[in-house]
Amino acid sequence: MLEIKGLRAKAGDKEILKGIDLTVNAGEIHAVMGPNGSGKSTLAQVLAGHPAYEVTAGQVLYEGNDLLDMDPEVRAQAGIFLAFQYPVEIPGISNAYFLRAAYNEIRKSKGLEEVDSMDFLDLLEQKLQLVEWGPEIMSRAVNSGFSGGEKKRNEILQMAVLEPKLAILDETDSGLDIDALRIVAGGVNALRKPDNATIIVTHYQRLLNYIVPDQVHVLSAGRIVRSGGKDLALDLEARGYEWLEQEVGAAS
Amino acid sequence: MAGAGGRGSVVRKASLQEFGLTLPVATADSPDWLEPVRKAALDRFAATGFPTARDEEWRFTPIAPIAQGVWRRGTTPSREITLAELAPFIFGHPEWTTLVFVDGGYSEVLSSTGELPAGVQAGSLAGALQADGTLLEKHLARHASIETSPFTALSTAFMSDGGFVHVPADTDLKRPVHLVFVTTADAAGSVTHPRNLVVVEPGARASVIESYVSLAEGATYWTNAVTEVVAGANSWIEHTRIQRESERAYHVGLTHVEQQRDSHYRSFTLAMGGALARHNLHARLNGENVETLMYGLYLTRGDQVVDNHTAIYHDQPNCRSWEVYKGVLDGRSRAVFNGKVFVKPEAQKTDAKQTNRNLLLSDTAKVDTKPQLEIFADDVKCTHGATVGRLDDVALFYARSRGVPAEKAQRLLTYAFAAEVTSEIVLEPVRDELDRLVRERLGEM
Repeated sequence: MLEIKGLRAKAGDKEILKGIDLTVNAGEIHAVMGPNGSGKSTLAQVLAGHPAYEVTAGQVLYEGNDLLDMDPEVRAQAGIFLAFQYPVEIPGISNAYFLRAAYNEIRKSKGLEEVDSMDFLDLLEQKLQLVEWGPEIMSRAVNSGFSGGEKKRNEILQMAVLEPKLAILDETDSGLDIDALRIVAGGVNALRKPDNATIIVTHYQRLLNYIVPDQVHVLSAGRIVRSGGKDLALDLEARGYEWLEQEVGAAS
Repeated sequence: MAGAGGRGSVVRKASLQEFGLTLPVATADSPDWLEPVRKAALDRFAATGFPTARDEEWRFTPIAPIAQGVWRRGTTPSREITLAELAPFIFGHPEWTTLVFVDGGYSEVLSSTGELPAGVQAGSLAGALQADGTLLEKHLARHASIETSPFTALSTAFMSDGGFVHVPADTDLKRPVHLVFVTTADAAGSVTHPRNLVVVEPGARASVIESYVSLAEGATYWTNAVTEVVAGANSWIEHTRIQRESERAYHVGLTHVEQQRDSHYRSFTLAMGGALARHNLHARLNGENVETLMYGLYLTRGDQVVDNHTAIYHDQPNCRSWEVYKGVLDGRSRAVFNGKVFVKPEAQKTDAKQTNRNLLLSDTAKVDTKPQLEIFADDVKCTHGATVGRLDDVALFYARSRGVPAEKAQRLLTYAFAAEVTSEIVLEPVRDELDRLVRERLGEM
């Protein structure tokens, strides 16, 4: 589904990704871990097409197509979804309005008819259950005045409605209390299907108690320094990132 | 007037005669008490002339085309305007009272008076002046001072018609009164002085809408509107002002609100028409526990200049004023915002907040924004903030990352920016109409 080869990217003059190689197949969940500043959020945002980053080298193939050549909206229409680390507040338009606009754009790109607000409410009903919300949340302005946990839940709700093939969760677990974490993880697990894939970018092992990854990758200074099974995350939790960074440093 | 004098004032006085700006012939429909009021106003104007760029209040407002223009006064429409032509400007419920003024004159045919609660008066000011003057004598031209500006003086001198709304004590108007001032192609080159008086007695509740619209897009004319609002003790008023003049027209307006204790006045002004449009909104908080809410939205494009001046006079303690004006500017258009808040020494516990936010859609649009707070009490909470900026890149990316194409994401966020203020309108049909106008201007979303 996704093949990243030798990806390098910079923000301004600062190179952040220094050669990333990563392959994600349909049906898989990958966890990308690493200390602050290792480049894991940058990787997530580059994949979604954030204009603040410039790709300087490498290639990203998504379902065989050149992902880097696609505008952010085209990526979304092709099934890529980024759950933002800091979801954006948009006062002035309701959650329902925004999400329906997105949903319809994605439908339009597939040659499907747009849905009206009544039909959309029906669809929302079951998706809201997934994040344990009532319909009231949909008439509030997008993320406006939401708590940190509500914002993250809203990202999962958007994901549930837009049904991406490749979901990238950028530190969706950061700052969540256990209850919100359980809801967010439950949503991710419920949406897991054999034909879609998830990349979970996280600083903490905690989320992986709820979502079991197929592979864990550790990012350090813009490179993947180690990949392994879910036990790698437990090692990291027990021994800290320093252990790995020292080991990698000694080996190179 | 400060700064006036020398050659400038001579020119202006000369042009005063050129315009034929002499007192209107006293007519049967102008009561005796009004004549000295008109005379004083004209004298005032003769003394000051039009403001110039040297007047601080008008520094950013290019009124030269008005001052140097030659304007006919009074127009008789050459044909009957039909309700179908007005349809784009009428909204809400058929039972609302809608008073229509064509080129300054009241049109009984086009107006419709819904069922009004007992004692409520809603009709033409000229008609009311003929009928019974006692209430008018007490209020008309007593609140909007001729010293406010030369334009107010002109209005008082030459006013002929407009809306008169009187809601007796403890009465709920229930349905709003909509005053529609429509200008036709016949009015090209002329000036009208719409004059409105809204008196809401103690304990009463009312919603009033003013619309300034044109059937002649591209016509150049000048509207000089003044509205006086009296909010009795414990009254509640929602006042909406929709300015959709021709984009080659000149519009100058003053709304003066006099608020008694415990009253709640909320205003929403939408300005989207006019080559030059200036509106002053003044509220005097003349009693304790008054609440004043001023929301504004201006949408400009091309070479439009839209200027909003607001003034809130906190004369008494324990009052609250809350003001949010937002602008969306495109093309080479320009917006001016000046927000004055005066807090008298005795107005302790004043809570005043003023916000002006501007969104620039082009590189050539320009904003002059100025908060002006003069606070003479020490135990108050007064804040202000102004911003001028572009759409947020991260928000744009957020929308695009959800599948919304770039151009549509821009419109969506621009709409959201505007909708944040329109959503403050209490009355739903009014809110829906303003929402529709915003969408229409910003492009379908």
